[in-house]
Amino acid sequence: MVVSKRIVLHFPRRVVERPIVYRLVKDYDLEFNILKAFFTPEEEGLMVLELSGEQTDYDKGINYLTKAGVRIQSLSQDVIRNEERCTHCGACVTICPTGAFELDPLTRRINFYNEKCVACVLCIKACPPRAMEVHF
Amino acid sequence: MAKTIEEINEKIKAGKAVVVTAEEIIDLVKQKGTKKAAQEVDVVTTGTFSPMCSSGAYFNIGHTKPRIKLGGGRAYLNDVPAYTGFAATDILIGANALPDDDPRNRVHPGEFNYGGGHVIEELVSGKDIRLVATAYGTDCYPRKKLETWINIRDLNQAVLFNLRNAYQNYNVAVNLSDRTIYTYMGVLKPDLGNINYSSAGQLSPLLNDPYYKTIGIGTKIFLGGGIGFVAWQGTQHAPNVLRSDNGVPRRGAGTLAVIGDLKQMKPRWLIGTSMLGYGCTITVGIGVPIPILSEEILKYTAVSDEDIFAPVVDYSGAYPQMKSDILGEVSYAQLKSGMITIQGKEVPTASLSSYPRAVEIANLLKEWILSGKFQLTKPVAPLPGVESGITFKPLKERPIED
Repeated sequence: MVVSKRIVLHFPRRVVERPIVYRLVKDYDLEFNILKAFFTPEEEGLMVLELSGEQTDYDKGINYLTKAGVRIQSLSQDVIRNEERCTHCGACVTICPTGAFELDPLTRRINFYNEKCVACVLCIKACPPRAMEVHF
Repeated sequence: MAKTIEEINEKIKAGKAVVVTAEEIIDLVKQKGTKKAAQEVDVVTTGTFSPMCSSGAYFNIGHTKPRIKLGGGRAYLNDVPAYTGFAATDILIGANALPDDDPRNRVHPGEFNYGGGHVIEELVSGKDIRLVATAYGTDCYPRKKLETWINIRDLNQAVLFNLRNAYQNYNVAVNLSDRTIYTYMGVLKPDLGNINYSSAGQLSPLLNDPYYKTIGIGTKIFLGGGIGFVAWQGTQHAPNVLRSDNGVPRRGAGTLAVIGDLKQMKPRWLIGTSMLGYGCTITVGIGVPIPILSEEILKYTAVSDEDIFAPVVDYSGAYPQMKSDILGEVSYAQLKSGMITIQGKEVPTASLSSYPRAVEIANLLKEWILSGKFQLTKPVAPLPGVESGITFKPLKERPIED
């Protein structure tokens, strides 16, 4: 079975210099798509990755990452909407490049589909009441 | 069939008034016709929930011991400067005020995470606010420094006073340039990348009373979750604009200045707001009841999004350069469809005004009236109408030469 998941990788300082993603491809036959990455030498690194491959390879790859000291979070938890603060104005709808916000034509409320979110964080500052929050 | 406000209030007291929202009236009129609907319906409630920059609040903080004269001094609320041009303990804060050390647009686009609008929201939420003030000292007001927490419940007066709210129609914003621009109409993507609008359309107060036949000075309204009043015409009130056959302005036209006791308002309806690259403001909830005094007034309230048109304006060129060119006109029904064709291009639309919250306001006001706790008022004076000849003038600059 082929799986495709979006994950956030936190690289501790000591592993930033190692070719981790290369090993994922070479040893575990996984495909990757880097959605976002922040790396500074001597500091903790962060990468948002879409990773796909056979379930067994995927599991082995994740196991490898964990053993290497990389902390893994699933992406869907990372950008969340503060429901108390959201006014459902709709300013986010045309800002989001992946169409994660959709207007319900009947209720005129804005639905947020975080499975479509790639954590580009464009919505965070474009939201007038600042209802979108990013948690890495 | 003409009714009076007194008669409608009698029915409200007796629990017999028929109240519908400005959305519900549309279908009701389609089913029953204007004549029958006008006989049956007593009040139509409207609502709008949108960023409204010309908003602010003033407070009387009470006298300190020994006394301090803030007038002519400086005062900050959570580091946001308040205006101190009044007497000793009266201060005023505007929604757009920013802390002195806010980086603003030094790194563009600035974030504007906290300003006067946020202070007002936090006060209304009951949070303690840090007041830091300095004064010059006088014989009768010797104190020169003050640093204290204040809370809305301890203030003698806390009054929301908005100079311009509830704009009757508004520009629809686009960007024709080749770079993203950051405006009070939101983030506008290059080359007609998106279209932003900001009006509740068919639910908006002044679009349901286009000639100000019922809304006037002294009208009691829903303001920020509490009760407020129309204090005056708002700044930039310009009744003399292009109108459709149904009387509805096709450009920004009338505005309202509104006032009310901040202590009875709710943070759900006064939200500190940040416009990326532009500044801070506040999103204000307003609802105005329209008494159905005649069939003519009812006809106005039955207006729907298909019949309300707004001008499309380029915020990268025409707007900043004060040019009157528009790219065309679109209806709110088109805007609400999510996609509009402009200059041969399909462009996605987005709203800055929350329609679901406008519906909620109109329904809350309807409940208040049905429960008998909110009665209607007769304006003490009308707002200036088309006959006033008032227009919105640009500044005529007269350079000062030495």
